[in-house]
Amino acid sequence: MTEVLVLIEAPQGKVTKPSLELLTIARSIGEPSAVVFGEADASVLAEYGAEKIYTYDDAAYGDFLVAPKAEALAALVAEKSPAAVLAPASTEGKEISARVALKTDSGWIGDAVDVSVDGGTITTTQSVFAGNFTVQSQVSKGAPIITVKPNSVTPEAASGAGTVEAVSFDVPDSAKTVKIVSSEARQSTGRPELTEAAIVVSGGRGTGGDFSEVEAFADSLGAAVGASRAAVDSGWKPHTFQVGQTGKTVSPQLYVANGISGAIQHRAGMQTSKTIVAVNKDDEAPIFELVDFGVVGDLKTVLPQATEAITQRKG
Amino acid sequence: MTNIVVAVKYVPDATADRTFNSSDNTVDRENVDGLLSELDEYAVEQALQVVEAGEGEVTVVTVGPADAADAVRKALQMGADKGVHVEDDAIHGSDAFATSLVLAKAIEKLDYDLVFFGMASTDGGLGVVPTLVAERLGLPAVTFASEVSVDGDTVKIRRDGDAATQQIEATGKLVVSVTDQTGEARYPSFKGIMAAKKKPVEEWTLSDLGVDASDVGLDAAWTKVESFTERPPRTAGEIVTDEGDGGSKLVEFLASKKFV
Repeated sequence: MTEVLVLIEAPQGKVTKPSLELLTIARSIGEPSAVVFGEADASVLAEYGAEKIYTYDDAAYGDFLVAPKAEALAALVAEKSPAAVLAPASTEGKEISARVALKTDSGWIGDAVDVSVDGGTITTTQSVFAGNFTVQSQVSKGAPIITVKPNSVTPEAASGAGTVEAVSFDVPDSAKTVKIVSSEARQSTGRPELTEAAIVVSGGRGTGGDFSEVEAFADSLGAAVGASRAAVDSGWKPHTFQVGQTGKTVSPQLYVANGISGAIQHRAGMQTSKTIVAVNKDDEAPIFELVDFGVVGDLKTVLPQATEAITQRKG
Repeated sequence: MTNIVVAVKYVPDATADRTFNSSDNTVDRENVDGLLSELDEYAVEQALQVVEAGEGEVTVVTVGPADAADAVRKALQMGADKGVHVEDDAIHGSDAFATSLVLAKAIEKLDYDLVFFGMASTDGGLGVVPTLVAERLGLPAVTFASEVSVDGDTVKIRRDGDAATQQIEATGKLVVSVTDQTGEARYPSFKGIMAAKKKPVEEWTLSDLGVDASDVGLDAAWTKVESFTERPPRTAGEIVTDEGDGGSKLVEFLASKKFV
């Protein structure tokens, strides 16, 4: 079996769900080797199928933007000649992997939603133009370096050896030019991460600035909370909540849009959601063209009733 | 003195019906109206603000077919000083990697301290070209900047990431991509529109850049689209009007799909 390198993200040592999804995909291609910069819970990586775990420990990986990690990963790719490299389709995952692709003369594919292997040839599927098209791609040069969107697969446990191998790599000074002077961690909302959540409940202009009904409904479903650009521009929610072209792209199992008209900018960020539900007072809102189920009504009365009904079902 | 090159893209209008050419699986850029990518306007705006706060020149560069000159013109109308339009038939079908090669070679020919990009294009939308251009120029990149300022030799940038807000400092040449959080882009004034007509726009081909035609275009792509499928239109969902039971009906639907 050939080795597949998987770039792991583990803020504060906790391995993210998209990283576990990558390990699951990697097992369909070959033997997953996790690549970890800093701390990560090795037992979780082994539990999800990592045969090897390459660890890198140098202050430079945390003090500077992506350059040191890209240098280190490129050197590892050159040494191991893996069948593929998988990285999360996060900002950092894309930047590291794209630089590695250029450094190693390898084709790069961004935002894959599926990866399949047939007779050693790896084909990826991506969703483009606000989800209106799917395209199948292959690389024509080197080992494919692929970033995969969250929620592309369900992580499956499969025990791997999880052999930890500490790699020593001298980070060149040329990679230490863009310094992170300070970093202020975002306060945890206690809800799932927007881009990783299985269910996302969003609010827009129709909330009038009061997200309490949207948040209560989200909590009854264990969902992440999102917002439209209109809600963010009005200062009702920070930009980190924004779903759409200039915010986050989400692809959950269920997306519930409340008081959101469904402009193309918003659609671009949520159109690949598996099931779409909307609540809007305006029966001509374009969001209703997308939905599997829609309620024409005021979210201020519909959502509390729905929250109540869910709470009752849970008993 | 801070000279800034802003790379901009002419994209198919997102409100039009965007599609692919069935002959070679490339994005159809001919039968769709295009415009300066909305997200690139923020980069032009930031560059103008940095230069206005100090000294320097803003040069706009684009790679694309003849119509792409419209994107350069719009940026000049906003206030950029000069433009470069790289046009060559061989570029058609180039992927992000080949595009980054052409852009990097063009930028190398210009006098610059900083290179600005929008956060992503509104068509491909992967946001990876800034990183690739930086890698080719041997420069660091700071992507998704929410705030940019130049203080002497130091560029200070705020980045609002998923997990944290970072303050970044860098000296020397740098590639920056900016988000829409940097501030509204200005509309061209009448004076700006008139002035833009006199501003120089250079037309470059691949040979001007010393780029071999075989290194760009569809055949040189490191990745290829093997096939594309238009998603069938979503079958119309069930729409109910709230008559006092909208919330209950919503939950019944969610239960039927096993979400509750």
